[in-house]
Amino acid sequence: MFARLTRLVGRDLLRDTLAYSAGIAVAGASFGALATAQGLEWWTTMAVSVLVYAGTAQFAALGVAASGGGPAAIIATGLILNLRHIPYGLSVGHLYWDRWWTRILGTHNLLDTTTAFALAEGDDLRRAKIAYWTTGAGNAVAWVVGNAAGILAGSRIGDPAVLGVDAALPALILALVLPALRDRSTLLAAVAGAGIALAASPFLPAGLPVLAALAGLLFAWPRRESEAREGAAP
Amino acid sequence: MNVLVIAVLAVGTFLIRLAGPLLRGRVEVSDRADLLLKRGATVVLVALVATSALIVEGAWAGWALPAGVVVGGVLAWRKAPLALVVVAAAATTAGLRLLGVA
Repeated sequence: MFARLTRLVGRDLLRDTLAYSAGIAVAGASFGALATAQGLEWWTTMAVSVLVYAGTAQFAALGVAASGGGPAAIIATGLILNLRHIPYGLSVGHLYWDRWWTRILGTHNLLDTTTAFALAEGDDLRRAKIAYWTTGAGNAVAWVVGNAAGILAGSRIGDPAVLGVDAALPALILALVLPALRDRSTLLAAVAGAGIALAASPFLPAGLPVLAALAGLLFAWPRRESEAREGAAP
Repeated sequence: MNVLVIAVLAVGTFLIRLAGPLLRGRVEVSDRADLLLKRGATVVLVALVATSALIVEGAWAGWALPAGVVVGGVLAWRKAPLALVVVAAAATTAGLRLLGVA
């Protein structure tokens, strides 16, 4: 069965998923340790990680709680940060929109990284689906195992910044979107969007600047169907 | 964080994740629209990379973090395997911090 799975997924994607999952496990461990250090019960920490299942929002929510923010502030911070999943769902939602249970699992597994892995497969729908589910499964297992390890280790885990984990995830996403940026219009929209997001960051709560980046699309709006077909070609 | 806060966060996050495919399912997606939706997600991801590499808690992230992301980006551009990209990015940032670079 393992050999069949390897053949279906492909060696490269399997290797990438393992590397990515290792990073997620470390991030999960630091969340588990941080939450425990802040006095959360082990089951509360696990419930957050399994039910909310959105790393960035979870860390931010912990941060708001630690600095004395009330329930409304915690919820607002977490949900605003998660709004970027709307454009993600618009772009890859059809990949898991088959049966009721793939819809639920696929929706729960909609992440920055699963989106980026699926988009990196270009127009190959079958490969995009395989990438979405393989990296999603890797992420789910690594996140939960990492959390459990972090809760057990508690304060013995040091500051994750020492390991440079905060650089690993942006670098991974950058690597995954690079092929799409070979298209000049996409590159133009992305550069303009990143500029807008950075300029807006001092003024907007975290999570909204990356949505403001969508205005960058106006710099490279596809005019005709012909250009769309041209741009959609691999 | 009490049970109610976690429940609201969990349900709210799920509904946000559900919004994309539900919106997409209501209309026939043309090639042009599909191109725009994919481009939109790419734009958001690139903006996420830029902001998370340069800004931490509303302030300049320091040199170590963006340096690691840039090293990872250059390696990816040179077609290095993803595992190497991730490890090199983390090692660069960790190394610089070890040397006292913020």
